[in-house]
Amino acid sequence: MINLKGIKKIYANGDIKVAALGGVDLHVGAGEFVAIMGPSGSGKSTMMNILGCLDTPTEGEYYLDGTDVAKASGDDLSVIRNRKIGFVFQGFNLLPRTMAVENVELPMLYAGMGGKERRSRAIAALESVGLGDRIHHRPKELSGGQQQRVAIARALVTKPAIILADEPTGNLDSRSSEEVMAIFQGLHASGNTIIIVTHEPDIAEFTERIVRFRDGHIEGDEKVKNPRKAQAQVLEEGVAE
Amino acid sequence: MNFLESIRVSLRALRANKLRSALTMLGIIIGVAAVIAMVGIGNGATASITSQIQGMGSNLLTISAGQSNSGGVNGGAGSSVSLSMTDVDKIAEGSAVKAVAPLSSTNAQVVLGSGNTSTSIIGTTEGYEIIKNVTMARGRYITEADVNSSARVAVLGPTVVENLMGDANANIIGKNIKINNVPFQVIGVTTATGSTGFQSSDDMITAPITTVQARLIGRKTLRNILVSASSEDLMQTAQDEITVTLRKTHKIQEGKDNDFRVQNQADMLATMQSVTQTLTMLLGGIAGISLLVGGIGIMNIMLVSVTERTREIGIRKAIGAKSGDILMQFLIEAVVLSILGGGIGIALGYGGSSLAGKALAMDTSISVSSVLMAFGFSAAIGIIFGVFPARKAAAMDPIDALRYE
Repeated sequence: MINLKGIKKIYANGDIKVAALGGVDLHVGAGEFVAIMGPSGSGKSTMMNILGCLDTPTEGEYYLDGTDVAKASGDDLSVIRNRKIGFVFQGFNLLPRTMAVENVELPMLYAGMGGKERRSRAIAALESVGLGDRIHHRPKELSGGQQQRVAIARALVTKPAIILADEPTGNLDSRSSEEVMAIFQGLHASGNTIIIVTHEPDIAEFTERIVRFRDGHIEGDEKVKNPRKAQAQVLEEGVAE
Repeated sequence: MNFLESIRVSLRALRANKLRSALTMLGIIIGVAAVIAMVGIGNGATASITSQIQGMGSNLLTISAGQSNSGGVNGGAGSSVSLSMTDVDKIAEGSAVKAVAPLSSTNAQVVLGSGNTSTSIIGTTEGYEIIKNVTMARGRYITEADVNSSARVAVLGPTVVENLMGDANANIIGKNIKINNVPFQVIGVTTATGSTGFQSSDDMITAPITTVQARLIGRKTLRNILVSASSEDLMQTAQDEITVTLRKTHKIQEGKDNDFRVQNQADMLATMQSVTQTLTMLLGGIAGISLLVGGIGIMNIMLVSVTERTREIGIRKAIGAKSGDILMQFLIEAVVLSILGGGIGIALGYGGSSLAGKALAMDTSISVSSVLMAFGFSAAIGIIFGVFPARKAAAMDPIDALRYE
């Protein structure tokens, strides 16, 4: 699904060159649930940007779902992001003053899908994250956990090859965090490929594989022996609140 | 994303910020309304001046005495007293001439019993009735016989009658009025034309030129000769004829300047119209500047909007919006603002110029071309001043935009 070979990202600031990533090889198979961990400055955010096709590597090859995306640029990257990647951000990044269902429709809008199909798929996606009764709410009228669930619905509505989550629980209390992780585990169970960037070890324990970054290199790559199971009933409480 | 979806996205963004959208439009609204109203009022003024000049008489040529130039001292137009009754008779022989009327005028105090008024006295002949399309309310106009016999008869305007007797419809026919202590018998009253102000045809007395010259002015010279050409096509012919005739009777040698001036009504019309059109353009131009300022207002707000919505742009790009989609969204927002503002401005400008027309008692006219121009102009302003902010938005890097706080 994801194949990285010798990925380097070098930022040039005048004469000083800083290597954020110094030659990374990584393979993520279809259906995997991976956590990328590391202290700040370890290169995990740069890794996230490259994986999400928001940025391109200075050197190296990146095969996403069989296509080489390392050399793509501009509008081509927009199309790749639209078709292959679903994003979930730390700050939710929903459009303000816009209904939940319209937020979820957004990626399909840019994919050129018709209005009726868009609406029905958006509603189905919101129902799958337990927000079927909140489709006309605006982000301000939703709790943090609910906003993040809208963002997840937006990420999965296009049926992307991978779902990338950047610190998805960073702005949430522990209860909402668990309810979000429960959704990710559910998505993983139904066959989605999910990569989460986090610095919280207890969040990483919900995943099945942890890749640790330090100073632009992969320091460790191990399977999680007994992934913690997120409590689904917490989700029910969240909906009721 | 197709164009229709782009429009819907833009409209949604504008609705989300109603107050700001309205304030942004205000600049364009005022600009367009000002252009429409100013051009409308200007056109109205042109039309009203045109009708006033045309109302002075049909196919009218005005001959004025020229300048006296003795010993290098130029006395200015009318300072020479070169026109005489002989000229009038000669001009009347012209083939393209329908009617001729000499004109001498003075101001005098008019007395009837206990009433008195000051008004202008026109000395002329029966030709004046034809040239000026004078219509009589009561009695008759002066005749050739009156002129030949220097009869002390007078035709009064309705305002004069009102000033003398307190009622414009009072029976004044046959009464004797005193003009500068010279008794005149009133033989007729003209119908009201509604003209006011300086040289109103309602506030004047007409008498035979011979009587006016002998009894009131004491000179035999004329100030003007009015000529009505047989038809509009023959105006130029008549003008040429008059020039030739007068040069001959005045014995002006070849190569010397005329001592008289022939003015064509059409020339006057053209002069006045060019003046009012220049004024219209001036007013429209000033209003156009406010339109430009409105456009800059749109650009200003759009730039603020782009900065404020950096994160939104980042989100849209992250989930698949192409640069063109973002460009289109912001450009359409600017164009919608300017076109909507333009539409409201046209309505306001139309209302404003109608109100001004009522207040100034003239027919303002809004031409389709000025509406189309204002509309096209505001759309163009939206595009021109929208492109810069929209390009700025489209060029944003999604990573930086997402990180923007």
